[in-house]
Amino acid sequence: MHELSIAISIVEMAAEEAAARGHAGVRAVHLRLGPLSGVVKEALLASYEMASASTSLEGSQLLIEEVGVEIFCSQCRQRRPVVSIQRLCCPECGAPAGEVVQGKELEVVALEIQE
Amino acid sequence: MSAEPRLVEVRRNVLKQNDIVARALRERFREAGVFVVSLVSSPGAGKTAFLERTLALLRQRVRVAALVGDLATENDAARLARSHAPVKQIITGTVCHLDASMVESALDGWDLTQLDFLFIENVGNLVCPSSYDLGEDLRFVLLSVTEGEDKPLKYPTIFNTADLAVITKADLAGAVEFDESAAKHNIRAVRPGMEILKVSAKSGEGLDEYLEFLERSRLRSRAATAV
Repeated sequence: MHELSIAISIVEMAAEEAAARGHAGVRAVHLRLGPLSGVVKEALLASYEMASASTSLEGSQLLIEEVGVEIFCSQCRQRRPVVSIQRLCCPECGAPAGEVVQGKELEVVALEIQE
Repeated sequence: MSAEPRLVEVRRNVLKQNDIVARALRERFREAGVFVVSLVSSPGAGKTAFLERTLALLRQRVRVAALVGDLATENDAARLARSHAPVKQIITGTVCHLDASMVESALDGWDLTQLDFLFIENVGNLVCPSSYDLGEDLRFVLLSVTEGEDKPLKYPTIFNTADLAVITKADLAGAVEFDESAAKHNIRAVRPGMEILKVSAKSGEGLDEYLEFLERSRLRSRAATAV
């Protein structure tokens, strides 16, 4: 359970970004989350409330966009979603995945600012 | 009345701070010429026994040291110290994983140029350590024969981030009717092409091949650095 420390980082990062832009209140933080990030969405949401309490982000929302795992299939020479996180292979030709091009995301992509 | 909220694009990796420290560590390890391996597994998969054996065997020919993460005790460091290699415990308290800054502080006072190999034993946990780069050259994930062949499917992320899978406690494989081909199949389903070794720290099975793997990896990395 490392989601609390991650949530604290998100709150700090969002507060910093908002301050740097001279904005007062953050209403929501938009996060992209991949299944290979090692972070569980539900645990992160629960932690976010704790992490944001008594900070400038208190009462703000964490909005999580979950993205799937995608690979670059060396056989098809194309980007493809994988069959499942338990089977990292190309859904078209069945070749084992080489490079994972999406799925490790844990990034703050946007802030909803109340000016 | 306040205006409608406005969306401001940010795009920042949440673990960026860890990644920055990890990158600096990796550079420091490379400059010092030390090859760094981290070990991850569930609690009780045999990391410490495996590492104790590794240190004792490698110490006969090269310079080795270890950092070992644990929630509360120093027992593991005491066990590893029996190998007479330099060992330092990182007590993480309630933190379930090591991060790059913990490794950085633990290295205080160590002359890395005096080492050929540094091993970092992570906290026993198959979830949280997967998110944190420690600056290591290779990450080994251990799976003991007593854990069941489907562990890789239950914890795909940690297996996916590893570079080598080590099946441990091979001496018990018969007693627990371990299905080796199923285990290997599952490991490669979540991490296609990963090399897999099977060892027993107790009987010594597979250790020669494992030591060769280590030495080969170190030389390859040195050659790459030299170019």
